[in-house]
Amino acid sequence: MPILTSPLSDESAFVAEQFDDIEQQRDAAKLGMWIFLATEVLFFGGLFLGYTVYRFTYGDVFIDASRRLSVLLGATNTAVLLISSLFMALAVRAAKLDQRRQLIRLLLGTALLGLVFMSIKTVEYHKDFVDHLVPGPHFEWSSKDPQNTELFFWIYFAMTGLHAIHVTVGIGVLLVLALLAWRGKFAKRNYNPVEIVGLYWHFVDIVWVFLFPLLYLVGHR
Amino acid sequence: MKTATEIDIKTEGQMARTHYLNVDLGLKSWLLTTDHKRIGILYLCTILIFFAIASVAAALMRLELLTPQGDLVTSATYNKLFTVHGVLMVWFFLIPSIPAVLGNFVLPMMIGARDVAFPKLNLFSWYLFVAGGALALWSLIRGGVDTGWTFYTPYSTTYANSHVILMAAGVFVAGFSSIITGLNFMTTTHKMRAPGLTWFRLPLFVWSLYATSLILVLATPVLAITLALMSVERFWGIGIFDPKLGGDPVLFQHLFWFYSHPAVYIMILPGMGVISELITCFSRKQIFGYGFVAAASMAIAILGFVVWGHHMFVSSQSVYAGMVFSILSFLVAIPSAIKVFNWTATLHKGSISFQTPMLYALGFIGLFTIGGMTGLFLATLAVDVHVHDSYFVIAHFHYIMVGGMVMAFMGGLHYWWPKITGRLYPEFAGKLAAMITFIGFNLTFFPQFILGYLGMPRRYHAYPPEFQLFNVLSTAGASILGIGYLLPLIYFLWSLKFGRVAGPNPWRATGLEWQTPSPPPKHNFKETPIVTGRPYAYSAQEDADLNLATV
Repeated sequence: MPILTSPLSDESAFVAEQFDDIEQQRDAAKLGMWIFLATEVLFFGGLFLGYTVYRFTYGDVFIDASRRLSVLLGATNTAVLLISSLFMALAVRAAKLDQRRQLIRLLLGTALLGLVFMSIKTVEYHKDFVDHLVPGPHFEWSSKDPQNTELFFWIYFAMTGLHAIHVTVGIGVLLVLALLAWRGKFAKRNYNPVEIVGLYWHFVDIVWVFLFPLLYLVGHR
Repeated sequence: MKTATEIDIKTEGQMARTHYLNVDLGLKSWLLTTDHKRIGILYLCTILIFFAIASVAAALMRLELLTPQGDLVTSATYNKLFTVHGVLMVWFFLIPSIPAVLGNFVLPMMIGARDVAFPKLNLFSWYLFVAGGALALWSLIRGGVDTGWTFYTPYSTTYANSHVILMAAGVFVAGFSSIITGLNFMTTTHKMRAPGLTWFRLPLFVWSLYATSLILVLATPVLAITLALMSVERFWGIGIFDPKLGGDPVLFQHLFWFYSHPAVYIMILPGMGVISELITCFSRKQIFGYGFVAAASMAIAILGFVVWGHHMFVSSQSVYAGMVFSILSFLVAIPSAIKVFNWTATLHKGSISFQTPMLYALGFIGLFTIGGMTGLFLATLAVDVHVHDSYFVIAHFHYIMVGGMVMAFMGGLHYWWPKITGRLYPEFAGKLAAMITFIGFNLTFFPQFILGYLGMPRRYHAYPPEFQLFNVLSTAGASILGIGYLLPLIYFLWSLKFGRVAGPNPWRATGLEWQTPSPPPKHNFKETPIVTGRPYAYSAQEDADLNLATV
């Protein structure tokens, strides 16, 4: 098994010097990405813990505050991200089958949906700003418990903001991947960069799947 | 009696002609290297700078405590001194010490790989570490931080009048360097092992690094988000720990210790791994109970995640939570004791030679045992109420971190020095330094157990006169300890040029890292080794035959 890569295979051009063959390289990259995603889960975990603690302590306040978020925009964004994940999954398939044009189209489509998500999010943030829902000196809340409500909005901005940073990074990486695909870097079974970026994109999607009900739906019956 | 060193000087003492140190020359070849061995050395040089700065802070504190009056520095300066000592020692020395220096250097060789799985990420982690260190130093130059290394809210977010955000940013960035190192080690151990090297043939140092990496990867992100939230709260004046909004400052303590208690095991597990290598080599015996020692590393890593509440016995945590955390903390003693017993059983009827690394290893076992046992005192609810935030706690964790981890780091550095540089350090000076360190360490920290038990609180620059005797002893010990650390620095540098050439395997050790020339070639092995048996296949009989043959 060791170092006996067939000299006839041109895969070896893609294998870094520390690996024996492309399978080992792919396995390592995939495991590395899974471990990275585990760290991401714990990174977001601190915020989810904060949310949980105060949701229990100030349940009613959270329900009232949550009603101020637009379920329509949130649901639209959920749909946008889920469809983008479908595109991403198809992109991985296209990379495995060495369908270059299809791969480029799907990567660009995924990135475009990411941009749509960010645009809708920007509209929402703008609305929150106009409505004085951004925590800080401009925060205004006329009904009961303005302070704990401010805490809810702080958590809302921290969680969606951190998520938005991840989406933005993802869009950048997708565009780079599309460029590399256009240059033909993923030919001949060297598809693992597409695959591991796919894992990342699905992770970002799943975080939103948790954020949407926790933040937008807790106030709606 | 012949020592292993003397035999090998005769038989195989030659320097490799081309190796990782001379294959490329110049600063650029170092700053852009992806060779795990060179990255280990970059880390070594960097952490020594932080060790020096943090040691100066410690020296100033010990000088201040020589007299009961606060006469050398003001209390504000003293607060900054213990903060900088804590932050730099924990995040910029201890955490990277064994994993990023020795682990980086030997892990790929121990498993018969050409490099770690992600060499470029490995270099990136060093740059992150330097960037984090630069931020921390910048904060220090601009006036320092006075929160203590724990950054407790609401002091850190609302009241502290120092450069908290800069320092926290430094720790945040350095944290990602830890995460990358952990990720790299885990992937490397899973995917890069040589043919035949099954999990239960791995050297125990690899197991301990794997357990450490698990903690690095799973705990550090929580610290990162916690410090980020704390900094945003300080900057913006609003956040989830803010009592004005109904937030809970103790939530910060939960999040902080969810990282920082496991981090305590980052600061001992790799040391335990080194000790397993040293004890077997210098008693020429198979490790006693391999499976148990390996499993104990994993058990410590996993149990370490569920004991954080023992830092909050007196911070408004419920009594029931306190009881649960107390019992869970006691459980950690089981895998720790397994290790100590198994090392001791390994020594039994071994053919022991007291080389420098072995002296450090034996010192480790004694000091770790004292540190661990006093940890049980602290895990006991009622006793903790009496001794919490006292010098008893200080003495306890210094026995683990300095008496344990730093001793193991020094032992490991001596052990692998011939592999790293191709030359031996002077043995007599090494033994002397090990003895001085051991004596100095005990004289520094043992009196602190008594001080703490008598009621001297930590983090004060003045104290009642009746505590002076023990403080003078402690300061005297610290001066001796300082010599114990300076001496190796001098003879290690000396040995780079004048040390005796070591040959590939001066200790006649069994690991794969000893089956390649010293210093090793760029990709470690000329051909990938094939492993056919268990590690630590030492045999006293074989050694005796060899001895006869060479006399």
